[in-house]
Amino acid sequence: MSVWARIAGWAALIFGLLYFFVPLGGLFEFSLRARRGVYSFDAYARVLADPQFQATFTYSVVMALVTIAIGILIVVPTAFWVRLKMPWARPYVEFLTLLPLVIPAIVIVFGYIRLYNTSSWLPLTGSTLGTNILLAFGYTILALPYMYRAVDTGLRTIDVATLTEAAQSLGAGWATILGRIILPNVIAAVLSGAFLTFAIVIGEFTLAALLDRPAFGPYLQRIGANKAYEPFALSVIAFAITWGCLALIQLVSRFQKTAPAKA
Amino acid sequence: MTFLSLSHIQKSFGQVQVVSDFNMEIEKGEFVSFLGPSGCGKTTVLRMIAGFETPSGGTITVAGKDQSGLKPNQRNIGMVFQAYALFPNMNVFDNVAFGLKVAGRSKPEIEARVKEMLGLIKLEHLAERFPYQLSGGQQQRVALARALAPKPQVLLLDEPLSALDAKIRVSLREEIRMIQQQLGITTVFVTHDQEEALSISDRIVVMNAGAADQIGAPAEIYNRPATRFVASFVGTLNLIEAKVIDPVANRISIGDQGVTLREPLGPVKAGDTVSLALRPEAGSIAEGAKGDTALAGEVVSSNFLGSVVRTRMRVGASVISFDMFNSPGLRPPAVGETVTLRFTASDLLIIRD
Ligand SMILES: Nc1ncnc2c1ncn2[C@@H]1O[C@H](COP(=O)(O)OP(=O)(O)OP(=O)(O)O)[C@@H](O)[C@H]1O
Ligand SMILES: [Mg+2]
Repeated sequence: MSVWARIAGWAALIFGLLYFFVPLGGLFEFSLRARRGVYSFDAYARVLADPQFQATFTYSVVMALVTIAIGILIVVPTAFWVRLKMPWARPYVEFLTLLPLVIPAIVIVFGYIRLYNTSSWLPLTGSTLGTNILLAFGYTILALPYMYRAVDTGLRTIDVATLTEAAQSLGAGWATILGRIILPNVIAAVLSGAFLTFAIVIGEFTLAALLDRPAFGPYLQRIGANKAYEPFALSVIAFAITWGCLALIQLVSRFQKTAPAKA
Repeated sequence: MTFLSLSHIQKSFGQVQVVSDFNMEIEKGEFVSFLGPSGCGKTTVLRMIAGFETPSGGTITVAGKDQSGLKPNQRNIGMVFQAYALFPNMNVFDNVAFGLKVAGRSKPEIEARVKEMLGLIKLEHLAERFPYQLSGGQQQRVALARALAPKPQVLLLDEPLSALDAKIRVSLREEIRMIQQQLGITTVFVTHDQEEALSISDRIVVMNAGAADQIGAPAEIYNRPATRFVASFVGTLNLIEAKVIDPVANRISIGDQGVTLREPLGPVKAGDTVSLALRPEAGSIAEGAKGDTALAGEVVSSNFLGSVVRTRMRVGASVISFDMFNSPGLRPPAVGETVTLRFTASDLLIIRD
């Protein structure tokens, strides 16, 4: 590689980093300016002390955990079954799981409202619990592309068919096979899917706003429209959460390389 | 008494018939090998016994009980796979304990049984290890212990040794045989290695294109191959084309040398061609070798194979190989030399297809 090519490479990298970090730096810098003349964490303190923040954040965390649970219950058995019994169906299932990336959330939520409104056959939006359930399932759909891909990749690292047959010949039924053999062996993949789901749910706006649930996404939007410095502090917090999730994914995938989970 | 019975088993995948009319009765405690070339349907038959495939026709019974309709996890049939298939997330102890836990045994019972099994395969000291910390041979022994722990009615092994290197393959196959005899468990062992099958089986089923060509004890299969396929697949065998001279007197000729067979020729007439088989170890060219039959031929090649020297000689249109045990004083015949091979006429088998 010539000197010029190397310099060009470094220049591209530095440009990319600047492109990414300068606005973030600006954002962070601005969020510290709540007190006139000096840098301070006043904006952060106000945000964290806001009972609205606490309530919506807690709500979204709980929703994220419920979504992850539903996602695991749906995706792991499905991906397992497709790999085991219907390998021909894999491209179709993959296509299906990608649809949420193509169909805007607004379309999904209007579909939901039409299907499950108070005068429908299943009036989920008629009660708080029903709406929460609807929202959790909506989130599950939004997270599906990531969850499915993560789990499917995890399944590729083990010999699903032979392990299943070995377990069957030892008397195990499907629940045992899924719970004791398949899930423990793809747990790292499942966790990385779970963290992505978490990151998505925490910041999601459209579904929560249109179903009128007190979630963190709409709160972010409200603050942004009404306050000066707090929204910037919140953005930094949201970034930190997302990055925390990504860091955890990295950690988990590294953990799997050394853990007994790998044959 | 028959314990495992396969009667008129057939299997088709779509249009392709993979197993056609497979019949076999296996005694309790017997060790049976399925021997055959790749793709002949060995695994398919085994998987039907285990319940992973449903036969397209025929019945499988174990201890008199029809297995059709029973799911694999209801059959209590142990299985050992070529790829070991240990559960990567469990250590050796938990792998072996798996079947017992599924069966809902008590903790002390599980502990005792797993200990016993690990003792059987001599790996007690590795109970805490995970599969990725074991060699292939150790993994396969754990897989064997895991399959045996819940006391299965039948043990199935699908080429359990083919992923291992030659030395371990030999020692492990003897270990498997010993454990099998110790437990008296009815066993079906699939292999495409004839030496493996010959050395550890009570009986061998030689399979060809989805059916059993011959079923018999190892010596019987080796010495009396029933078909041309068995003859050519099991051991090294000379196939010799001969011409019938006198069907009544069992007189034939190889090249232009006349030979009288022991076995009746059957419904052939003079001038017909018959195929004969002769094992390389059946004859000798030594001075004063015994045998009522002799064939002279010109040496084509002579190869040193370690414990034996294999020499090939031309007799008429056929090339016949024969083995001599190696010894320090042995002088292998030179190429082009004419030698006389002596053997007993009853060693010449007539191959009828
Ligand atoms: N699920 C299946 N679908 C279609 N064809 C199959 C299936 N399983 C096996 N076959 C075919 O059946 C034939 C017998 O396969 P089988 O695995 O029983 O052979 P085998 O004797 O075990 O061979 P090997 O020694 O290579 O393991 C092969 O031609 C194979 O392609
Ligand atoms: Mg096979």
